[in-house]
Amino acid sequence: MSKIRVLVGTNKGGFVIRGDAKRDSWEISGPFFEGWQIYHMKGSPVDPNRIYASQSTSWHGQVMQRSNDGGETWETVGNEFIYDGVPGTHQWYDGTPHPWEFARVWHIEPSLDDPDTLYCGVEDAALFVSRDGANTWKEMSGFRGQGTGSSWTPGAGGMCLHTILLDPVNQDRMFAAVSSAGVFRSDDRGETWRPITKGIRSEFLPNPDAEIGHCVHRITMNPTRPEVLFMQKHWDVMRSDNAGESWYEISGNLPTDFGFPIAVSSNEPDTVFVVPITSDLFHVPPEGKLRVYRSQVGGNDWEPLTKGLPQEHCYVNVLRDAMDVDELDSCGVYFGTTGGQVFMSPDSGDTWQTLAQSLPSVLSIEVQTIR
Amino acid sequence: MQPSRESSEATTTTAEEAFREVTVCLPGHLRTLANVGKYITLGVTDPVTPRRLLDVLEEQLPSLRGTIRDHATGCRRAYLRFYACEEDISHDSLDEPLPHDVVAGTEPFIIMGAVSGG
Repeated sequence: MSKIRVLVGTNKGGFVIRGDAKRDSWEISGPFFEGWQIYHMKGSPVDPNRIYASQSTSWHGQVMQRSNDGGETWETVGNEFIYDGVPGTHQWYDGTPHPWEFARVWHIEPSLDDPDTLYCGVEDAALFVSRDGANTWKEMSGFRGQGTGSSWTPGAGGMCLHTILLDPVNQDRMFAAVSSAGVFRSDDRGETWRPITKGIRSEFLPNPDAEIGHCVHRITMNPTRPEVLFMQKHWDVMRSDNAGESWYEISGNLPTDFGFPIAVSSNEPDTVFVVPITSDLFHVPPEGKLRVYRSQVGGNDWEPLTKGLPQEHCYVNVLRDAMDVDELDSCGVYFGTTGGQVFMSPDSGDTWQTLAQSLPSVLSIEVQTIR
Repeated sequence: MQPSRESSEATTTTAEEAFREVTVCLPGHLRTLANVGKYITLGVTDPVTPRRLLDVLEEQLPSLRGTIRDHATGCRRAYLRFYACEEDISHDSLDEPLPHDVVAGTEPFIIMGAVSGG
């Protein structure tokens, strides 16, 4: 019998929500690491009981945690993230060179085939790898050194590497995305990288079609069709059918195409979910109605999903890492809000239930389907 | 709970070095992280400086590595303060000997998080 484990990272600690395959009975445990920001928690696909957590505060910097029992107990592991060689500079807000400075781990991506190997995306944007269960870390310096790094400029939220995708079919291939820099691909297991932004357009840039400077908020894929990528950009929802070689817009009839998260169904690769947000100036749902939008045809044609979601006076946001899906036959969709709610749909978005009403502001949601 | 005010006698280990028992007061987040109480007593040899004290603290509680001093620079993290004998010594050298009463164990070396609110 399958079980579901929802890993919830919040501004004031981590929580684990456990349910069975019927998805009608849930138990919340936590907070773990209370008072600390948990930017992200993610389990190994090979050993689901091996979970890693990124824990930080402004006072004490970055701490990494590892669990070997599905989040029941935790141990502190390595937190030494040192840029490789001379860190160099990127561009500061005023256009001057600024030293690369480590701030925090935004995203953890465990390897698809080894529970001791995992990748981390950090701020200031860089990619790190550990091959000993997070005890030690090494920068994959080919990412930051691929040639355009000195021109990257942080956005309002900092310059973070927030998304890492591992291609399950072509295991040499990885994707990574950086706020206000763009999206990148490696075809040699992370040794070398190149921008893949053809077709992406950002009107706020001096050259809207520039190779670098696009504020990518999130990319995702269905593992059975890894050449098809979906992107929520600062504005615009985008799609690539050729592993990022080129992109085209699929915003279609969305009420607004600004947003942060994007997710794709685990068993319907053309079913995509986004949470439209009013604008870059007003990070709340349009009209105070929290609506997930679903396309069942791979984009452009979107429908609002509202049953069980607050439809008046709702002014929360859903952050980029705060939506995920399970792997059950009727795909479950999960997301958390900056208002501390966690919502779950057992039927691909048709109806929604509230798993948690008043957690701290939710930073990330990861769903484990344990068979 | 306050640390004991009884002065600890130095235990001589060599002609030049003496072994001291020094009390460190930790901020709340680090007590949670290391699963210890507010005060922790550390054995340190002379000269007792913030650097030597922090070296011993991190050796004894490895989970605190990088949370008080930045890994890359070795400097005090920006939002932390070091206090001793009612003085803010945050901007003093990490190699400056600590005051007598801290070395003697009658006053704690205090690590405090910057206060913020709102």
